[in-house]
Amino acid sequence: MQTLRSQKARIQRLKSTDGVIMLKSFGDWTTDALRDAAEILEQFSRTSRNVSIQWDLSHVERVDSAGIMLFILCYDLLKSNNCSIEVIGAKSEHEKMYRLLRKYAPGDSGVGPAFSSRFLKPLSDIGKGSVAFMLNMTAFFAFIGENFVNLLYSLLHPRSIRFGAIVKNIEEAGVRAIPIVALTSFLIGVVIAYQGAVQLEKFGANIFIVDMIGLSITRELSPLITAIVVAGRTGSSYTAQLGVMKITEEIDAMRTMGFDPHRFLVLPRIMALMIALPLMIFFADIIGIAAGMFISHVHLHLSYTEFLHRLQNVLGVKHVWIGICKGPVFAWLIAAVGCFHGFQVSKSTESIGRYTTISVVNAIFLVIACDALFSVIFTELGI
Amino acid sequence: MSNTVITVSDVVTRFGKNVVHDGICLSVRQGEIYGLLGGSGSGKSTLLKELIMLLRPQSGEIRVLGQNLLTISRSHAAMLRSQWGVLFQAGALYSSLTVEENIGIKLREYTDLPLKLVQDIVRMKINMVGLPEHAAVLYPAELSGGMVKRAALARALAMDPELLFLDEPTSGLDPVGAEAFDNLILKLREILGLTVVMVTHDLDSIWTTVDRFAVLGEKKVVAEGTLNEVRENPHPIVRQFFGGARGRIRSRNGK
Repeated sequence: MQTLRSQKARIQRLKSTDGVIMLKSFGDWTTDALRDAAEILEQFSRTSRNVSIQWDLSHVERVDSAGIMLFILCYDLLKSNNCSIEVIGAKSEHEKMYRLLRKYAPGDSGVGPAFSSRFLKPLSDIGKGSVAFMLNMTAFFAFIGENFVNLLYSLLHPRSIRFGAIVKNIEEAGVRAIPIVALTSFLIGVVIAYQGAVQLEKFGANIFIVDMIGLSITRELSPLITAIVVAGRTGSSYTAQLGVMKITEEIDAMRTMGFDPHRFLVLPRIMALMIALPLMIFFADIIGIAAGMFISHVHLHLSYTEFLHRLQNVLGVKHVWIGICKGPVFAWLIAAVGCFHGFQVSKSTESIGRYTTISVVNAIFLVIACDALFSVIFTELGI
Repeated sequence: MSNTVITVSDVVTRFGKNVVHDGICLSVRQGEIYGLLGGSGSGKSTLLKELIMLLRPQSGEIRVLGQNLLTISRSHAAMLRSQWGVLFQAGALYSSLTVEENIGIKLREYTDLPLKLVQDIVRMKINMVGLPEHAAVLYPAELSGGMVKRAALARALAMDPELLFLDEPTSGLDPVGAEAFDNLILKLREILGLTVVMVTHDLDSIWTTVDRFAVLGEKKVVAEGTLNEVRENPHPIVRQFFGGARGRIRSRNGK
């Protein structure tokens, strides 16, 4: 019985002598068979005005709610166009279904925005976007404020600091990231050395490759690259972790037990990253310079001893310190943005993905912006 | 009424070494509301998943609307899928679509009806399941638990299925909402001539809504039949189910 294909619903229009239009329906009036009849009928009902219609339903086979809906739709449209309709030959089971479904048919209440215009849409979008941005900024400052208060509390009551959680987060965000940080900083060292070597060779200034690698890696590249890797790796995972906890109401559960989520979740993460990132930057310094040294040896035939001797002379320790000092600032930005967006996740699982993306993009942007600011400040101060 | 729509015979399901079903047999007749009962872990949800082709049993035979699910071809499977609707426990509404789009998605993908008609069918289903009209434009995350269930039911009914599978339809609803939902299912069966298979452990639903049901336990069907038939069954699992405090109170109140 089920393998039977539905017969196409058909409609036939006849004009009788006394000006009455005869509509005859055939076939199955079901979802899968309704298409042609629906188009004809809609067209017909829209254009007919002030006519009398006799609608013969006696040849209709099967009917489902889509068929009934089409009938109701056309019937109402014709009625509102001042047509008089007489329905004949409806089978009793179809009539019963019609009566049951009639009261669920949607009325004519056009649900939609009260006011919309294609030309004004960009303006209203800008307005909505600006308001959303303002609210977002306010929320972020509130988050930072709450975080700061909790930090002060923790500093005044050192016993409330969750050292276990901090250590665990350092392992998660720092130790486990060592391979990827090593690989990226190695490659950056290789790239810088190659680019520099080609240019310096032209002037016969091979030895200056050491200055170039030492300064650029320690001051700029290794903090920036490490922070970007960490933003992609840890910032996103912070958002996702906290977002899931928000959805499963774990955060609400913590609040009811008197465990402040800032103290238990946010502060350990921020502190862990602020400790781990400077160490990772130092590690990236070493790998990056080693990679540069290796390429200089291969490409410029600069011996390792020469390289290290020169490095000792030109690379002041302050440059290394400048790079490392950027670490805690970047770490704070990444962790705060990650946690903040984690708390913004709302009920739907879809929003986890959205906020994770936003969190990574924001964190990377803020890291680069902050790095630019550092450059300006250090240059102005002559450091 | 006596046409069988679903027959399950000798179904064996194993996950690794863990045997979930060991020779399940049951049958569902056309037009009835059939309940699958059992404690947690008795494999009722697994059985439901096998009925809707999300899982394959290791052996045995499952026939749904005359098709053997273990040997079914792709095209027949596609046809079968268009003849049933499934209501998942947590609704499983697509979170990136509005309620309206969720309900209309099968209509838009599988039929080429005019958009206006699709919209009206969707709104009819929304009215049918008792959702307020303004819910149409909301996203699933903005709905309450009861509304999610209703929207998911409307989605399951969008194509006028012959068979409706419900996975714990009343779980997570308050008693008033659960009763309303049970009544809704009864009403919809009358309007649309549905056959309903539901996994449930809501005693009230069993009393008021379900025509016949099977009790799963010890990897088998320990009892099958109408409420009165099953209550006569001396099996300890059945006794436990209806003999507990909740079951006794429920049976005192009657239908």
